[in-house]
Amino acid sequence: MPLVSVRDLKRHYDIRLTGGLFGRRAKLKAVDGVSFDLKMGETLGLVGESGCGKSTTAKLVLGLIPATSGTVSFDGSAVTAAHDAQWRHMRRRMQMIYQDPLGALDRRLPVSAQIGEPIAVHEPHVPADEREARVGEIMTSVGLRADQAASYPHELSGGQRQRVVIARALALQPDFIVCDEPVSALDVSIQAQVLNLLEDLKERNGFTSLFISHDLKVVRQMSDRVAVMYLGMIVEEGPPEDVFHAPMHPYTQALVSAIPTPSRRGKRERIVLEGDPPNPVNKPSGCPFHPRCPSAMSECREFQPMLASHGSRKVACHLRPAPSAGLIAAE
Amino acid sequence: MFAYILNRVARAVLTLIIIVSLAFVILRMSGDPAIMILGPEAPPQAVEAFRKAWGLDQPIWVQYAKYFGAVIQGDLGNSMRDGRAALEVVWERVPLTLAITVPALLLNILIGLPAGVLAALFRNTAYDRLIMMVSVIGFTVPSFVMGLTLSLLLAVWLRLLPSGGSGTVAHAVLPVVTMGIIGAAVIARFTRSAMLEVLGQPYIRTASAKGVPWSQVITRHALANAAIPTMTIIGFMVGSLVAGAVVVESVFSWPGVGRLLVTAVANRDLAVVQVILLLIGFTMVAANLAVDLLYGWVDPRMRTKTATAGA
Amino acid sequence: MSVVSEPLLTIKNLTVEFDQGAHFVRALHGVDFVIERGQSIGIVGESGCGKSITWLAALGLLGSKARTGGSVRLDGQEILNCSDRALAHLRGSRIAMIFQDPASSLNPVHRIGRQIGEALRLHRGLTGAAAKAEATRLLDRVGMSNPAQRLNEYPHELSGGMNQRVMIAMALAGEPDLLIADEPTTALDATIQAQILELLNNLRRENDMGLVLISHDLGVVADMAERVAVMYCGRVVEESQVDRLFDAPRHPYTRGLMAALPDIDGPKRRLKAIPGMVPPPRNLPTGCTFAPRCDHATEACASRVPGLRPAGAPRHRAACFHLEDLPGGSRQPASPAQQPVQETV
Repeated sequence: MPLVSVRDLKRHYDIRLTGGLFGRRAKLKAVDGVSFDLKMGETLGLVGESGCGKSTTAKLVLGLIPATSGTVSFDGSAVTAAHDAQWRHMRRRMQMIYQDPLGALDRRLPVSAQIGEPIAVHEPHVPADEREARVGEIMTSVGLRADQAASYPHELSGGQRQRVVIARALALQPDFIVCDEPVSALDVSIQAQVLNLLEDLKERNGFTSLFISHDLKVVRQMSDRVAVMYLGMIVEEGPPEDVFHAPMHPYTQALVSAIPTPSRRGKRERIVLEGDPPNPVNKPSGCPFHPRCPSAMSECREFQPMLASHGSRKVACHLRPAPSAGLIAAE
Repeated sequence: MFAYILNRVARAVLTLIIIVSLAFVILRMSGDPAIMILGPEAPPQAVEAFRKAWGLDQPIWVQYAKYFGAVIQGDLGNSMRDGRAALEVVWERVPLTLAITVPALLLNILIGLPAGVLAALFRNTAYDRLIMMVSVIGFTVPSFVMGLTLSLLLAVWLRLLPSGGSGTVAHAVLPVVTMGIIGAAVIARFTRSAMLEVLGQPYIRTASAKGVPWSQVITRHALANAAIPTMTIIGFMVGSLVAGAVVVESVFSWPGVGRLLVTAVANRDLAVVQVILLLIGFTMVAANLAVDLLYGWVDPRMRTKTATAGA
Repeated sequence: MSVVSEPLLTIKNLTVEFDQGAHFVRALHGVDFVIERGQSIGIVGESGCGKSITWLAALGLLGSKARTGGSVRLDGQEILNCSDRALAHLRGSRIAMIFQDPASSLNPVHRIGRQIGEALRLHRGLTGAAAKAEATRLLDRVGMSNPAQRLNEYPHELSGGMNQRVMIAMALAGEPDLLIADEPTTALDATIQAQILELLNNLRRENDMGLVLISHDLGVVADMAERVAVMYCGRVVEESQVDRLFDAPRHPYTRGLMAALPDIDGPKRRLKAIPGMVPPPRNLPTGCTFAPRCDHATEACASRVPGLRPAGAPRHRAACFHLEDLPGGSRQPASPAQQPVQETV
């Protein structure tokens, strides 16, 4: 049984656009039918450009915001946004690591207090000295020095702050961690430190994670499986080596070809997509990618393709219709 | 746009109703106009007759309903003091107040805006520090202290100007200068911080990088953006053109609306107080609306934002 | 070879210090660059390494809190610390610049047409219908649909990628010889980044325009530049032709950056992080500023600052005492680097 199971998850917002007397009503489909499973100990990478719904998906999975429809289950029980005792009980096993460590930390509290806070909240029976000892252990495990316990967030560097955020997420030894762009704000050399740290911690503690990033290289490094999102939907899913080295969906192909990397310098044909980034307010009919797709056909405008299995992965594209037929078409 | 203005006007009317209602209750509860106007030694019959004549013997909610009914029909009531229409009593004082507040506002803007802009441009220089020091004095010292100090200096010691009263232009100088200094200090400070904020924005660097000379970077790029927050505070000052002079008029015995308000409140002359409050409320609301419309004109982002409601 | 004509831009021993009230903090410790006409040069480094400051200083855009020293010559003419009037004349017409966050780099209260028109008026004397026609042409050139209509729009009505196109159109308005692009795609999504990089590449080729591409992203620089300079703590630590730099990096910091970067191709490997962190400018270690994070550091590294010196290939230089001892070091007789070498190109 998967630890986390997400079925047809949707999150729509009612918004008003300008125009007319009182503005036009419109629907913003941030997440529009996402399904995936996470096995125990597995890391699923979620990639996509801004507005594709990857961060909204993270919040929905943790029950931080209510879903419009669809279900999330964690270890067999449903995750809802009703923040009741059951949710709080589940929440201590599910933690989140945010992109902006300074924003995620309280400026007025020393970092040790912030790392110990989840213990104080969820395990109030733990005596203070034992809590401190545990905080010290966690700090060591994420590479923070004991003498930094009394520091305030602004006294630490960006990388150290991200370690504090990670330490806080690990304080209760969660089974499931959602990492939302955990290294985007960090410089390359520090980014590697934090990625290695996450890998080591996972090795040691064996948690399951949902790893969200716009950076395909980082996602490949961290994930057992990746899902590519476009306009609130998963368009391709599978092992990173397959998805990134032989992408099947035209959007994934463009995305992969757009990655600038020293090793590919001068050796590749970049697929440059036409047009602006997609807007979840005016989601196109049919396949959401069809207005920018270089190989769009007439049926792409009318029918939304479903995620279909192709061996180790799933693709939602009319160019890859029946299972296994896609393999022949692959270049 | 029309719907937007309609919405704003509706809210303004509601605000005015609340102001008038609160004033009615507070003034009625806090003292008896009959005693205030006729004096404590007045014979009981006279007091009774006064009360009956003005409807003060009825329950307060009946008085309130009657007053409101009259207001809706355009009758703002009469002054209990001399029986003239309250509107007329107030209206004849308005020009006198405007005679000092309008010049003061001009002074505020003409001194405050350039001082603030220059302080921002010469940030952390002696010039900046001087302006900000004067500005701090300007708006931390209460207006009556400022007024009395200027009066002491220019009227009592140097004998250049009359210390109070009205009638000549010279009489208006001290009130105008007092309000001018205070308002200019406030505007200078706002303008300076708005300007500093704008000067730190990336588009200012872009303008420089594309070869716009610094003077034009200021005039063409920085000022329009800094004007947006500054407009709020100037709008507030325009809104208080009628009522902004309560303290200063009292200090300099200037017979304007402000002074009338003080005496009317002391006498519980309800109708007059209400008219003044309505007038104040009306100018405030009108100024606010004007500022909002001006926002839309200066800041293109506002034009689209007003209708966008987040989810 | 280029004895006759001066290089387009020559930066020599450029230093920048910032007034911190009580004292000055040096952010740039003497950097040299030479840019030929039509050449593209990439500047990489982590935040705080001085990669943007160099070019802002060269154009006098750092404001009154910065003190600059050294020399910046455009066509042989000294422009560093020139009068603001003289610099304003160069900016946009000879050297144009675009920035990281296109949305906030455009004036929010002016229409697109007015912002481009301003550059056309300043540098080419175009006004009215002529300016409008040229602005339309420029927007079309940078790949915007409905260019004539866009002139009447405001920046907040456009997407980030579109705003960056407007910035590029504005930069092209003065027909500059050199475009400095400071992290031009960092705020943009991957597919939009690809569009903008492609556009910059095409424009450079067509207009024979020099390009300075400042980026923290090794991949972007590898894609776009002919020459690359790696900066660390306010100094250039390595510079070379792009292929050589990525095939055979010599400086331990450059190597560290590459080992720390995850890749999309090849076998998945554990990243090799550079230990420690970038020291703050006010608190630099003595000697080689990278030494405290370097596997190869010796006592000598802490005593003196290494200068740039030949690193085994033509026009490849690195600032490290241990170039010869590093794996893959050049076998040719190396000059025993006794002095911090101040080389000139």
